[in-house]
Amino acid sequence: MSVITLDTTHCYHCGNDCPDEHFNIGDKDFCCHGCKEVYSILSKSGLSNYYSYNDHPGANRAQEDNRLDYLLEPAIVKDLVEYSDDDIAIVTFYIPHIHCSSCIWLLEQLNRLNPAIYYSRVDFLRKQVNIRFNKKEINLKGVVELLDRIGYDPLISLQDIVKKQVFSKKDNLVKKIAVAGFCFGNVMLLSFPEYLGFSAHDEQFKYFFGWLNLLFTIPVTFYSGWGYITSAYTSLRNKVLTIDFPLALGIVVLFVRSWAEIGFNTGAGFVDTLCGLIFFLLIGKFVQRKTYYHLSFERDYRSFFPVAVQVLDADGERHVPLSDLKVGQRIRVRHQEIIPADAILLKGEAKVDFSFVTGESVPVNKTLGEVIYAGGRQMGGAIELDVVKPVSQSYLTRLWNNEAFSRNQDDRIETFSQKVSKYFTIVLLIIALGSFLYWMPSDMHRAIASLTAVLIIACPCALALSTPFTMSAALGIFDKNFFYLKNAAVVEQIAAVDTIVFDKTGTISIAGGSSVALVGDLSINEKDAISAVCANSSHPLSQLVCQYLGAAARNTVVNAYNEIGGKGITAQVNGKSIKLGSGKFVLDAGDNRAGDNGSLVHILIDGKYRGYFTIKHQYRQGVYDMRKLNADYKLYLLSGDHNHERSNLASVFGNDGAMFFEQSPQNKLDFIGYLQQQGRKVMMLGDGLNDAGALKQSDIGIAVTDNVNNFSPGSDAILDGRSLARLPAFLQFSKDAMRVVYASFGISLLYNLLGLSYAVTGKLSPVIAAILMPVSTVTIISFTSLATHLAAKKRKLL
Amino acid sequence: MSIIYFLIGCSVLLALVFLAAFFWAQRDGQHDDMYTPSVRILLDDKPVEEIEK
Repeated sequence: MSVITLDTTHCYHCGNDCPDEHFNIGDKDFCCHGCKEVYSILSKSGLSNYYSYNDHPGANRAQEDNRLDYLLEPAIVKDLVEYSDDDIAIVTFYIPHIHCSSCIWLLEQLNRLNPAIYYSRVDFLRKQVNIRFNKKEINLKGVVELLDRIGYDPLISLQDIVKKQVFSKKDNLVKKIAVAGFCFGNVMLLSFPEYLGFSAHDEQFKYFFGWLNLLFTIPVTFYSGWGYITSAYTSLRNKVLTIDFPLALGIVVLFVRSWAEIGFNTGAGFVDTLCGLIFFLLIGKFVQRKTYYHLSFERDYRSFFPVAVQVLDADGERHVPLSDLKVGQRIRVRHQEIIPADAILLKGEAKVDFSFVTGESVPVNKTLGEVIYAGGRQMGGAIELDVVKPVSQSYLTRLWNNEAFSRNQDDRIETFSQKVSKYFTIVLLIIALGSFLYWMPSDMHRAIASLTAVLIIACPCALALSTPFTMSAALGIFDKNFFYLKNAAVVEQIAAVDTIVFDKTGTISIAGGSSVALVGDLSINEKDAISAVCANSSHPLSQLVCQYLGAAARNTVVNAYNEIGGKGITAQVNGKSIKLGSGKFVLDAGDNRAGDNGSLVHILIDGKYRGYFTIKHQYRQGVYDMRKLNADYKLYLLSGDHNHERSNLASVFGNDGAMFFEQSPQNKLDFIGYLQQQGRKVMMLGDGLNDAGALKQSDIGIAVTDNVNNFSPGSDAILDGRSLARLPAFLQFSKDAMRVVYASFGISLLYNLLGLSYAVTGKLSPVIAAILMPVSTVTIISFTSLATHLAAKKRKLL
Repeated sequence: MSIIYFLIGCSVLLALVFLAAFFWAQRDGQHDDMYTPSVRILLDDKPVEEIEK
């Protein structure tokens, strides 16, 4: 069914350019057999609507490669399926291709493709589909095959692919906010008459409203606000003063005093202050908990490695879950599969791509009997290997046994608010006690009133809100610039950093791309001569020039070849003397063309200057701007690569031993630990699995990636490669954000002082408390968001 | 003015009904996915049109 057309056509399914010889059905063109197949399946089932919502919604199906037999293994099925009984099973898949409304539509029509699938529901942002199917008529493998046939192959891994909603449900934060908001609204309504004053014949309502208000304090205190009281209690038992302590104290005092005042009919109580306090505090907590649906920060090697391995033993082939793989087992690894454990090559031609592990993109050939480290991807035919180390003890995965991975991430840096709240609490208690002792001899009643009033008014609500609101505003700004932080606390950690460590390949350079251009005129013979000279050198610049010029003609003979490391080459070719190399080597001192940065190769033929090659390394945009950071930060480069590019990067990192090459993953981790021992706060930027240990060990690990939906190793933040140039601005901005926090702390302390001046006299009226609390909260929220946006504008991040 | 007792009782009761509705929606998972429904509502399920051989 192939036809030949002349103009470029786009595949009806995936939108790629169709080759001249391609497939079609009717008037629709398809670039490959796979795409055509998907179309015919869909059109046969009456699902052609798929193509009407969007143009070319499909995934390219040119490379089909699916081995799903492992999905028959009961142990693996059990791990993947969420729920299963005799008839039905429920499973959630992560499908990277979900990207448009057509995807949602088609994936929710699975029932029409196979009636054994009862129900399928897409979660677009998480790129997940939840499928309920009849176990008797279709098995898990069948479901995956069906998805695969229509071009939505799920990515199956045992760790952290499918995100569950456990976190928000665990502590019911949303429900607590709902209850607090409900009570706050009602209480405000019921308190108004009291504030406006009752006339004599409305007195009866006063008790009614008062007691109704008290009813509302019960759910607010014992459901919504209970978390603060328990957390204050536990931190007190651990002998630490957190901000929760004055908050809990405030809540308790508000509750007791309200009940006492209304119960003994001595006042109106502070019920709406209590409800408002808890409501705003919970809102702050909610804001702080902003998460990204589409990103994962907690990945380790298990996300990258296959779910099951094909093991060969006496009974033939079978699939074994990765965790059950044992030393001595013989495994088979096929094209594009990852070698899961350190193993000895027994059979087949191994060509292993270690770009995953080391960043080197050129596949390495391995000979029989050689040990192949885990993490490499086999390119080419199937190979058989003998496992020599368990998965968790292999060269790469051993990293995860390091203590850096078992450490609690949250208490790395004591936050500013933690530091302040310690002193705040002490001062607060002194003032409260002082005013109590001052009034006690003369008026016991007034003494208690002033003690409680101080604890109420100084309750650090605004203080507790300033950090979350500033940080979440900052998070939003970073987010707009393709810099995704794991949580709000990371902003503060970025501000504290004083040392920045970069990985090279994939982080500051784009793997596998350099471009060469010739400036100047050379004859064909001369080009041949230069190419022949360069072919003798293993220096990467020579290699690139050689590639650019093409192989030399056979009759070019190189004589008197002399390579001077780091400078250049001299040689005689067909009677011409050729000198190639850096400006300082080729040109006379003082020649203005010599001012190069190591990416120019100058040409001198028979003593005459003939031009130069420019070699552009594919560094990410803005890498050279990083040298500005040298003023405030110490920069280091840690690369798993060879040191070819030392001279190019010297202008950024300097030459004083700040660049380290040929570093193993463990070396990287250790180096970060060494810097930390010297009291430095280290930020690490890396991309591959080989940086995973360093990312985890560092105070803040940033994974740099070209596509945020791709896998990136576990980290505190994910940075889109396009935004690397903005790193200096990000660092500045995080410091600005901290300044905003300081300022808002100042403002909230001012409010506290203002309130305290009333409170110490013991004559705090509920109206003042009821006004002061929301006003201070609103001031803080508007100040922080405004100031953060202004700071972002200043740093050109908005 | 005793009607106020009744009215306030009604308003609190009504608010409780809304709170219960919110709880139900939360438990039902209606807030788990806040984005996809906005796309889904625009997809109309036309009857099967072209069935090819």
